[in-house]
Amino acid sequence: MQVNENFEPVIVAFCCNWCSYAGADLSGTNRLNYPTNVKIIRVPCSCRVNPMFILRAFQKGADGVIICGCHPGDCHYTSGNYFTRRRITLLYSMLDFLGIERNRTRLEWVSAAEGAKFAATMEQFTADVKALGPNRRLEDLRCRKQ
Amino acid sequence: MQEAMIKRAKELLADGSVDRVIGWKRGEFAYDITPAVFTSAEELEHDFVFDDFTAANVSKYLVKETAKEGKILAFLKPCDTYSFNQLIKEHRIDREKVYVVGIPGGPKLDIEKIKAKGITGVLSVKNEDYTLKIETLYGEETMPFSEAVLDKCASCKSKKHVAYDELIGEDGDVLESNRFDMVEKLENMTAQERFDFWRGQLSKCIRCNACRNVCPACTCENCVFDNPKSGIDNKAAADSFEENMFHIIRAFHVAGRCTDCGECSRVCPQHIPLHLLNRKFIKDINELYGEYQAGADTTSRAPLTDYTKDDCEPSVVHERGVE
Amino acid sequence: MQRIGVFVCHCGTNIAATVDVKAVAEALGHEPGVVISQDYQYMCSESGQELVKSAIREQKLTGVVICSCSPRMHENTFRKAAASAGLNPYLVEIANIREQCSWIHKDIATATDKAIILGKAAVAKVHLNTPLSSMESPVVKRALVIGGGIAGIQTALDIAEAGFDVDIVEKQPTIGGKMAQIDKTFPTLDCAACILTPKMVEASQNEHITIHSFSEVADVKGFVGNFTVKIKKKARYVDETKCTGCGLCTEKCPMKKVPNEFNMGLDNRSAVYIPFAQAVPKVATIDPNYCMMLRSGKCGVCSKVCSAGAIDYKQQDTFIEQKYGAIVVATGFNPINLDKYDEFAYNQCPDVVTSLELERLMNAAGPNGGTLLRPSDKSHPHTIVFVQCVGSRCDDEKGKPYCSKICCMYTAKHAMLIREKYPDTEVYVFYIDVRTPGKNFDEFYRRAVEQYNVHYIKGMVGKVTPKSDGKIDVQASDLLANEQLHIDADMVVLAAAIEPDKTARPLATMLTTQMDTNDFFTEAHPKLRPVESATAGIFLSGACQGPKDIPETVAQGSAAAAKAIGLLCKNSITCNPCVAHSDELMCNGCSSCEKVCPYGAITYIDKEFRMPDRTTKVRRVASVNPAVCQGCGACTVACPSGAMDLSGFSNSQIMAEVDAICK
Repeated sequence: MQVNENFEPVIVAFCCNWCSYAGADLSGTNRLNYPTNVKIIRVPCSCRVNPMFILRAFQKGADGVIICGCHPGDCHYTSGNYFTRRRITLLYSMLDFLGIERNRTRLEWVSAAEGAKFAATMEQFTADVKALGPNRRLEDLRCRKQ
Repeated sequence: MQEAMIKRAKELLADGSVDRVIGWKRGEFAYDITPAVFTSAEELEHDFVFDDFTAANVSKYLVKETAKEGKILAFLKPCDTYSFNQLIKEHRIDREKVYVVGIPGGPKLDIEKIKAKGITGVLSVKNEDYTLKIETLYGEETMPFSEAVLDKCASCKSKKHVAYDELIGEDGDVLESNRFDMVEKLENMTAQERFDFWRGQLSKCIRCNACRNVCPACTCENCVFDNPKSGIDNKAAADSFEENMFHIIRAFHVAGRCTDCGECSRVCPQHIPLHLLNRKFIKDINELYGEYQAGADTTSRAPLTDYTKDDCEPSVVHERGVE
Repeated sequence: MQRIGVFVCHCGTNIAATVDVKAVAEALGHEPGVVISQDYQYMCSESGQELVKSAIREQKLTGVVICSCSPRMHENTFRKAAASAGLNPYLVEIANIREQCSWIHKDIATATDKAIILGKAAVAKVHLNTPLSSMESPVVKRALVIGGGIAGIQTALDIAEAGFDVDIVEKQPTIGGKMAQIDKTFPTLDCAACILTPKMVEASQNEHITIHSFSEVADVKGFVGNFTVKIKKKARYVDETKCTGCGLCTEKCPMKKVPNEFNMGLDNRSAVYIPFAQAVPKVATIDPNYCMMLRSGKCGVCSKVCSAGAIDYKQQDTFIEQKYGAIVVATGFNPINLDKYDEFAYNQCPDVVTSLELERLMNAAGPNGGTLLRPSDKSHPHTIVFVQCVGSRCDDEKGKPYCSKICCMYTAKHAMLIREKYPDTEVYVFYIDVRTPGKNFDEFYRRAVEQYNVHYIKGMVGKVTPKSDGKIDVQASDLLANEQLHIDADMVVLAAAIEPDKTARPLATMLTTQMDTNDFFTEAHPKLRPVESATAGIFLSGACQGPKDIPETVAQGSAAAAKAIGLLCKNSITCNPCVAHSDELMCNGCSSCEKVCPYGAITYIDKEFRMPDRTTKVRRVASVNPAVCQGCGACTVACPSGAMDLSGFSNSQIMAEVDAICK
C-alpha cells in the first residue's frame, strides 16, 4: 500500500483515569516519545466509552480511535473493563462487518505502570492508521449526495 | 383461523376477561394490513383480519396498551412471543394486563415480491395449495406461494410460542434456520466488498425512522436520536455520516435484546436489509459468548450486561474472517 | 453566557521549553466564551493560584481551564483555589500539556499545536460543566501494612502508637524481613538483631497490631477510607494459637535436608521449622514440599512429639476479609538472581558468594556460628575479593540501570569487620565509584581504607575462575594504575544489585498503583509526596519505592505512618461528586443499568408523571444512590435511551471534547 508521508492522522485515545491515563502520564514522566497525532480524552473507566463517542469521533474527522483501560481483573471499579471488552469487541466486529478497516480501531489494556507500553502502543497504532490513510469509508458509507 | 380468533375474542370480551383486543385490520388495500385495537364484538366482526398478510408484530403496542386501564387480549404469533418476553423482562409490559392467545405463525406474504413479478392493481390474494391466485384490476394472476414469502419468514427461527395464556392451534418447535447465511456470506467477502455492499444499502436510507418505530426493542420513552441532550439528535442528513451513526448505534442499542423478529427490514420503504446488522450481533454473541436467544425467557442476563473473566479480546475481530 | 478563563502554565521550562505557551494562551483566547487567557511561570505556586483567583473574582468567571501538568497532579490544587474564590470547584478543567504533551514531544511547532487542541477540548468541555457538590464518606479506622520487614514494622508501630488498629500481612512465617538476616549495621556496627528483634516483639505485643504471618493479600477492592481486602492465610499445618514455639518438633523431624532459606541455603533445616530463634510469631511451620507426612502420609513424628497438639496436617489455606481505611505497601527488596553472571562463577564455585550470604556466614547465628569459613572446605579464607556493582548501574539486559545504593556501605562494613576479626586476611574491593553520601558514611569508608588497610581498587573484575587447588583466580583491571591484575583469592563476594520483591507487581495491579519500569512503586510526587502513591489511601514504605538503607527505610516507614494516621484521624472524607444520575423523564426502567453496576447503587422506584393530556402515568424509573456510586459510568453505556449520565464526564462533555479534537 502506498503511504502518504504527509498524511497526519487524527487519533483519539480514550483512557481510563486509573490505569491508562496514569500510564500515559508515566510515559510523559519517563520522557517516552510518541506521535503528537494522539490526543487523549480522560474517562473514569473504559466502560464509560459509549460507542456513540467512537462513531462521533469518526464522524468529526478522526482517522483512528483507540480505547485504553486497566487490564482485565484490575479495573478500579472491579468489572468495568469486562463490560468494555464485550461492548467494544462487538462494536469493532460490526465496523469490520461494514467494511471499515480493522486497524482504525483498537483496544489496549495499559496499566498505570506501563508507560513504555503506552508509548509503544500509540507509536504502533499511529503507524497503522497512517498506513491506512485518511478515514474515508465510514464517511462514505452512505454515498455523498453529489 | 380468523373465525376461531374472532369467536374467542368475542367470548373473552363478553365474559369481562379482557376489555380490549389487539389484532389486525385491513387498510386501503387487501394486503395493506395494520395492527389495530378492538373494543367490541361489532368492531371485531367488521374489521378483524388474520390472513397471509398479517405479519406485523403487535407486541410493542402492548407497552402503551398495558399502561392503560383494563386488560387486553393479544394475539401473538410465535415470533411475536419472543418480543413479548423481552419486553416483560425489561419491565416494559405489565404481564397482568395482557391475556395472550398464541396463534400459528407464518409464513406470511410480501406484497413487494408479488409486485416485483409485474403484477399490479392487486385486489385480493388467495393461497390455494401453495399457489397464489391473485385477483387484479386487470384479471387473475398466479404465482407460487414460496416466491412471495417475506424474507423474515423464509428464515424463520421458531414456531414455538415462548409465552401464552392459551393457544389456538398446535404449538410448534424451534427450527434449524438458515438465518445467518447472508451474514456469513458477507463475512466471507473482502472488506472492500462488504463496504461496497453496505454503502449501496445504507445510501438508500431516507431516515424515515420506520425501522426504529416498528422495532419492539426500541421502546425508549425518548430515543437518543430525538433527545437534544444526547448530542447525537440530528435528524436526517445533517451530514453524510448521520445514517451510519443511526443504524450502527441502533443496532448496538438493541444488541443482546433484539429477538430477530425482522420487522425493521419488513417495514423499510427502501428495502435495506437492516436485520443483517442485528443478525451480525446475534451471530457474534452466539459465537463469542455462547448461544443466546433474546426473549426465549424473561429472566436470563443479556449478553451485554454480563461478562466472563476469560472473554475474548477485541483482537478476535482480526483473527477471523477476511479483511 | 459563559465567561471562561484560560491559564497556561510554563512549569518553569518543563512546558515552556517545548510548547510556545504564549501562542497557546493567544489561540485559546479566541475560543468562544473565553474572556481572559494568560500564561504564567508556575501556575500551581501561590502567586499563580492568586492569578486564577483574582481573575475569577474580577472577571466573574463561570469556568476555568488550566493548561498545565496532569490533572492527577494538580487538579485538586486548582479546584481548591477556585472554591476559595467563590467558583464551584467542578467548573475547573485541566488540559494536560506536560505529561501528555511537552514531555513527550520535541518539536515546538507540533507540540504547540497539540497543546492548543488539548486546551480547546478543555474549553469545549468546561462550557458544559455544571456545579457539583460533594458528599462525605466514612473512614474505616484501621490500616493494613503489606510486608513485615523493618519498614512495615516501623509503620505499624507508629500507626498503633497513634491508637489505630493495624494489621501486618507478611508472606514469610515470621516478620523481620531482610534486616533479620543482616549481621551488623553500618556505620555504627551495632548488631542488627539486637535492634530489630525488640521491635518485632513490640509489634507482636502491641494490642493494636495484628500480625498475619505466612499470609498474602489476595484481593483489594474499594477506595480510600474504605478498602476491602481479602487476605490469604496459607496453611502452615500448625495451629498458630496452640503452638508454643518450643521447637521440639523441629528437633525430632527426621527430614533435615531442607535448604535453609534464612541462611541463604548455606545450611539445612528440618521440614518443620522455625526460621530463626527470635522469629515472631515463634510458631513452627511445616514445609509441604519436604514433609514426609504431607507428601506420602508416612511419618507423623512432629504430631506425636507436640504436647500442645498444634500439628494439623489437614489445615487448608483460609481467607479472611477485612475493611481498611488506609493501606501501606512495604514489600521490600531481594538481591537479584546471579545465574546469568557466568563471568563471576557464582554457580560454579561455592566460595563465590553474595553479600547477603556473607552476612549469614559472619553471623553468630549463621551456619558457622559466626566464624568466617569458606563454604567449600570450611577453611579460613586468607584473601577475599569484593566485587561491587554486580548488576547495578548496568546497561545490559542482565542487570539493573540504577545504583542499588547500599552496596558501597555494606561492603566497607564487611571489609572492616573481616580485617578487625581476622587481621591476617587481605581484603580487596573492586569498585566503579565509592558512593558514601550520608551521615558518617564517608568517615566510615575512610576508616576502612586508612585504619583497616582494605585494598580499594578502582576497576572492574573481568573474570573469576575457580582453580583446581581450591583457590580462585580473580582477573581484574586497576584503572588508576592502568594494569591488569590477577589475585589468588580464597573467597569472592559479589555485591548483587537489589530489586523489588516479585510480589510487588501483582500487588500494584490489585491496588491500581503505579510502578516504574524497574517495578519500584512510583510515589505521588517525587519530591513533595514521596511516601504516598498516586492512588489515594495507598502509602509507600521502605525499599519497595526505591533502594534504601535501614535509617532511610525507618524514616520512610514513619513518614508513611504519619500520612496514614492523617487519613485515619478523619471521620469522613469528601466523596467524589462525579457520580451517575438518571433523567427520570427519559428512563424506561429497563434494568440494563442495574445489571452492570458493580456497587448495587441503582434501584428502581415507581414515579408518577403528568402527561401532556393532563392525565398521570406511573412509570418505573432508575434511581442512583450517590453515596454508593463510584462514578465508573458502566450504566451510562448500558442505558439505550441515554437517560443515565455521569456528572463531570457527561455524554455531551465527552462529545464536546471529541469534536474539539477532531475538528
